[in-house]
Amino acid sequence: MYHQAVFDEPIILDLKGRRTIKIPLENQKFRVDIPEMMKRGSAGIGDREEFSVIRHYVKLSEMNFGTDSGFYPLGSCTMKYNPKINDEIAVLEGFRMIHPLQDSNDVQGALKLLYELAESLKIITGMDEMTLQPLAGAGGEFAGLSIVRAYFECTKQLDTRREVVVPDSAHGSNPASSHMAGFDVVQIPSAPDGTVDIEKFKEAVTEKTAAFMITNPNTLGIFEDKILEMANYAHSKGALLYYDGANLNGIMTKTTPAKMGFDIVHLNLHKTFSTPHGGGGPGAGPVGVVEKLKDFLPYPMITFDGDRYHDDYVPPKTIGKVASFFGNFGVLVRAWTYIKMMGEEGLRDACETAVLNSNYMRKKVQEFMSVPGKTLKKHEFVASSVGASMPKAGDIAKHLIDNGVHAPTIYFPLIVPEALMVEPTESATKAEMDLFIETVRQTLKLPHETFEKEPVNLKVTRIDDVDASKNPRPTLRMLRKEHKEPLQQVI
Amino acid sequence: MMWNFPLSNVKQFYPFKPYHDDIMSSDLSDLLNELKIKSPDELFADIPDAIRTKTLGLPKGMDEDEIRRVASAYAGMNKTVNQEHSFLGFGLYNHFVPAAVSNVINRNEFLTAYTPYQAEISQGIMQALFEYQSLAAELFQMDAVNSSMYDVSTSLGEAARMAKIITGKNEFIVPKYLSKNKRAVLDNYARGAEIKVKEIDFDEKGMIDLERLKEALNENTSGVYVEYPNMFGIIDTNVPRVKEIIGEERIFVAGVNPISLGVLAPPGKFGADIAIGDGQVLGLGLNFGGPVVGIFATKEQYIRKMPGKIMGITKDHNGKVAFSMILQTREQHIRRERAVTNMTSNQALMAVASAVYLSLMGDSGLKKIGEINMGRTKELMDIVKEFSVTMPYDGSPVFNEFLIRLKESKTFVCRIAKKYNLVPGYALGKNYGYNDRNQTNIVVNVTERNTNDDFNAYKEFLREVA
Repeated sequence: MYHQAVFDEPIILDLKGRRTIKIPLENQKFRVDIPEMMKRGSAGIGDREEFSVIRHYVKLSEMNFGTDSGFYPLGSCTMKYNPKINDEIAVLEGFRMIHPLQDSNDVQGALKLLYELAESLKIITGMDEMTLQPLAGAGGEFAGLSIVRAYFECTKQLDTRREVVVPDSAHGSNPASSHMAGFDVVQIPSAPDGTVDIEKFKEAVTEKTAAFMITNPNTLGIFEDKILEMANYAHSKGALLYYDGANLNGIMTKTTPAKMGFDIVHLNLHKTFSTPHGGGGPGAGPVGVVEKLKDFLPYPMITFDGDRYHDDYVPPKTIGKVASFFGNFGVLVRAWTYIKMMGEEGLRDACETAVLNSNYMRKKVQEFMSVPGKTLKKHEFVASSVGASMPKAGDIAKHLIDNGVHAPTIYFPLIVPEALMVEPTESATKAEMDLFIETVRQTLKLPHETFEKEPVNLKVTRIDDVDASKNPRPTLRMLRKEHKEPLQQVI
Repeated sequence: MMWNFPLSNVKQFYPFKPYHDDIMSSDLSDLLNELKIKSPDELFADIPDAIRTKTLGLPKGMDEDEIRRVASAYAGMNKTVNQEHSFLGFGLYNHFVPAAVSNVINRNEFLTAYTPYQAEISQGIMQALFEYQSLAAELFQMDAVNSSMYDVSTSLGEAARMAKIITGKNEFIVPKYLSKNKRAVLDNYARGAEIKVKEIDFDEKGMIDLERLKEALNENTSGVYVEYPNMFGIIDTNVPRVKEIIGEERIFVAGVNPISLGVLAPPGKFGADIAIGDGQVLGLGLNFGGPVVGIFATKEQYIRKMPGKIMGITKDHNGKVAFSMILQTREQHIRRERAVTNMTSNQALMAVASAVYLSLMGDSGLKKIGEINMGRTKELMDIVKEFSVTMPYDGSPVFNEFLIRLKESKTFVCRIAKKYNLVPGYALGKNYGYNDRNQTNIVVNVTERNTNDDFNAYKEFLREVA
């Protein structure tokens, strides 16, 4: 039986005491001259002891769930195990205590590591050049689409090529990034088998198309087997092909985005390459391109002259920058470690195991729930909890978390009603997958009233999300604007 | 988890994979039997032969002991800031990092969680992020803070977008002297959103020129970005007048150094509509520039136009205090191309790190660290003065950075610095409009980590270059 730790922890600002941490030069007196209007009294956050801070955050962490807490089949997020060695390597003093504006001669080790990581990712994707600068997957999308924009500006076609075509099953960030890069979004419907409707695709992709953006396998976990036909068609219309690498774990080493005809690729290192996601980030979203787009990549690019590494190459038609420095270096070090340790055989094994697990779960879940689209899946599948007596996807999710199994992604993709998007990854035992399957199967037999009370084994039960957004209280400051009473009495 | 030993000959083990041919093979064969296949490779039959890859050509994998050795060798090729006298800042600062910060963000339950889409099982990180938002709101004296942006540069890009979304106008004004890292990112965001970025020059004190600002305003102006301390480290005393000059209808975006706010007045006091800063200074360390965290704050009336994920406090169905991810209808997974931003992942763990840092430091620590930074910077400036080195904006108040001008070439200056194992600061080159043949302009940063030995090295250096 699963029980999460439950503590009624105050908000840290209300935890007042004495500061115990000592600052370098703490005991020296300094006279500071600050112009009167620029002076401040107090930061207004109170003082407290180091041990109080640690006890507080340890309790909060116990009320949280990560891949190290249990099975985490969150679809499209590839929540594989994050090897602990990654974290150890990332904080070596030689990596932790260096500054990106140091002379390149003094950071050859860091540059070598970044160069090698980019080379490995080029091999894995088949792309000709790779930047590691984007700070997350969506940051990579924005960088990639900025490259699309710059390319058509350079070839004097931007006035007429204003559209990015995306399938209706695409991740929401695809249309959002396209819009941010200045494009109009054209959405095309999927065929009944869950892949892109080729006829609709051909209607949508025209001389007005700047790029066709797709993930393959798609968000239903289905491999788009007509990808070459689509690529050729899009290229014949002068459009570029953009690969959303969120689902790379489903095909890694079996094919490459380059073989499929893609021109631009972004990867999510926190998905495919085992870097921890930190409860929301940091991620990393390297972007790879084919030869003709190399000159548009963000600067600086890291280069190697056969002897030394350099960090000052500015591609001639660069889009500029997408981050302050070289990217989320701490994340990049972890991905480098992972790839080095796995080698090609390991990456293939990861992909095969992830796909094996996904198809095993799909087969079992299909015994009691519909799984739309083609039968054969890649790294994930989407079940649809529709039918007279079926529980809602949201109810199944709450029942799962109440039993110590993380829920799948729910209500996505938008084209599947009551969607449960399941991605076991390669880091799951048969016993864990069976527990998931049996827990979901159980929900079919439970009276629907049961769900209203769930979850019961966690810190809180269902949350009033409507109130939360109707009366937004993002800070204690805003809460206290209206109420002076202690928190428990206010809420 | 299962690992092989350095000298073992068994088939390679990986930290993720529970079943191999030689262990737990019954599970593997159960799965294969269930699917009626002989090998997992059959599950890739839907990938056409024309695009299948046989081998990629990546090297063989290493075990844990080998990677440790290789990585240590790479790390050893780098010269850390602890191995030299470093006065390098310019957007990334060498501050003291308490061990407690690293400890908290290495808690597995935080470190290995995804974005809290299932709120009830993720209350821990949601409270921690709510606390980050609340702490930053006090520090900035702003109503609302999101649960993090990538870094300060993308925060500036998003702020320019937000100013356009709020006002419907498309001209955004920035200082001429702005770090190229920020400017190059801003320009990228601006191009996509069809925002025109206009520059205004500093006055003779190295502060935003208020007359020029007035002249630059027109009916298309969406907002203005001004920072304090600015690129030269100057505490811009014109900032308090910016909002009154640009008026209620335009967005004032203030850029701050969060670690200075223990001693400097917060952007909320000056009527900032949006305030941004890089939380790297709050206990994140250098890490070759990342991960850092962009702090993004706004006024209550603009919350619904703010990018990023936001945690809110509310109650559960039993009336218990609970945290929820609020205003999600602004976001890409719901609103798609009409979302306020494309952001999905952010820098949540780094936001938690800053929250831990702020909690540890508290009011007294932040005040102290601000005073130490300003005091030590003043000490080095006094040393520089002894050598009669030009300080172009001498007399203007600074926080922990200042500009010096040496009448020697960059090559010469670098050679002398190397001799004393010194990094004297960040030399501004041609891309900042400086000719480095006859002079070298250096932005010097001093923090609480700079020792008297570092100062002595600086003296020796100045003796030869001044």
